Amino acid sequence: MAAKKPKHLDVIIAGFGGQGVLLIGNLLAYAGMNAGLNVTYIPVYGAEMRGGTANCTVILSSEDIGSPIVHRPQSAIIMNRPSLDKFQPRLLDKGVQIVNSSLIEPRLADTKRVKSVLVPCNGIADKLGNSRMANMVALGAFVAATQIVPLAAVIKSLENVISASYKDLIPKNAQALEAGAAAAQ
Amino acid sequence: MAKNKRVFIKGNEAVAYGALAAGCRCFFGYPITPQNDIPEFMSKAIVDAGGEFVQAESEVAAANMLLGAGACGIRAMTSSSSPGVSLKQEAISYMAGSEIPAVIVNMNRGGPGLGDIGPSQGDYYQSTRGGGHGDYRTLVLAPGTVQEAYDLTVKAFDLAFKYRNPVLVLGDAILGQMKEPVTLTPTAKVPASEGKAWRLEGKGKRKPRIIKSLFLEDGALAAQNRHLEAKYASMAGEVACEQFQLKDADLVVVAYGSIGRIAKTAIRKLRAKGKKVGLFRPITLYPFPDAALAKLAKAGKKFLTIEHNLGQMVDDVRLAIRGLADSAFFGVYPGDMPAPEDFEEPIVKALRRKA
Repeated sequence: MAAKKPKHLDVIIAGFGGQGVLLIGNLLAYAGMNAGLNVTYIPVYGAEMRGGTANCTVILSSEDIGSPIVHRPQSAIIMNRPSLDKFQPRLLDKGVQIVNSSLIEPRLADTKRVKSVLVPCNGIADKLGNSRMANMVALGAFVAATQIVPLAAVIKSLENVISASYKDLIPKNAQALEAGAAAAQ
Repeated sequence: MAKNKRVFIKGNEAVAYGALAAGCRCFFGYPITPQNDIPEFMSKAIVDAGGEFVQAESEVAAANMLLGAGACGIRAMTSSSSPGVSLKQEAISYMAGSEIPAVIVNMNRGGPGLGDIGPSQGDYYQSTRGGGHGDYRTLVLAPGTVQEAYDLTVKAFDLAFKYRNPVLVLGDAILGQMKEPVTLTPTAKVPASEGKAWRLEGKGKRKPRIIKSLFLEDGALAAQNRHLEAKYASMAGEVACEQFQLKDADLVVVAYGSIGRIAKTAIRKLRAKGKKVGLFRPITLYPFPDAALAKLAKAGKKFLTIEHNLGQMVDDVRLAIRGLADSAFFGVYPGDMPAPEDFEEPIVKALRRKA
């Protein structure tokens, strides 16, 4: 194998059930796969559903992936306050987190031990006309902050996670991804 | 030939895709978490492929339907999780006794009893020691990745018919729920003659056949058991395992399935700190890869078995290396979710231990 620097990033994506954290987890994993990386995706399932917190772990790597489960992640996307309380302390030193400042008080985000990128995901999505796309704003910001896959690969993978009957929503979701990326610059 | 299709699917779905690729024609299901994606997917996909789907009235019924299909030489499967697999054991014993091929999937969850719906390896003994009453074995395949869940399910059907024996695919709630890319292979063309020498298909003009596990005639049962013993011994060539960074390793970590891959991450982290540790991941649990382990023991290596239970496979590891070495053990309790960090300290401790 060539002596190329191996790429590896794990991320925990967490929020309320219904915020679409599993959807953007899938989307990120598809983008990684379509970009030629190895990927794993594992949701937390079972008792933690509907109204409670939902989270998933995605790993993208140029090498084969061992554990799909990560206790201390390199990065995180934090969509609500309970998720911040749970996962911010677990983030590795110098880790990166996207914090949804529309729902989380900015002062709660740790800016010393880790890199916190504050993005008003719901606010930005609202301006685009649909606050349900806050998840896409967050993922756009994440991809811009980590550079793990090109934003274009994520946009191209939207068709993998949005079913055919909602195809007309793809351009709007792409816009939300782009707006998120711009907000993280 | 067109490039094989690549899909991003759950382990549960991979098992179903694998069954279809192997030419499975009948699926008998009964719901239980964490394997519900398998019957859910099959309820449409196998019908679209021209096969039959039955949601049985119970696990017991599903397993006996499997027995019936297998006796007719039909490629058939059932899937369940731990408590449900316990209920299937009577039929599995009958299938072993009457040499009926079948594929049974167990996405192991926490036990004993109803336990929980999380991952566990508590069914290792049940899987590798037959599981039901009587003296028999089933081939046991233990995928560690979603690709393996697909590949080994395809293989399970071939092995079932090669040996006329039930084959168990043993995963867990982690494997069932996680998604990974899988490269699909073209669907196998099952020869119409498969099982022709023994299957029940209406006797026509030939002599009648009886497929049974009851042998009351003088000497008949002993003869059957002798025959089965020889058959189990002939399966030894099917062993498979993954060996990772073992060449210069002082310590061999033995772990299977999801725990194997979680251990792999711990091993990588320790390697980065200069610790000479490697992974031995059995892919077949029966037959068990004893010879490969004995070879490592002869090379003077130390052993640590890690499982998601209170210590079951460690017995087989110790048997494999007996007289040469011993194995330490670290167990994660069913009910706890293991992470690589949990394994680092036990591995370092085992590495320091005197052989």
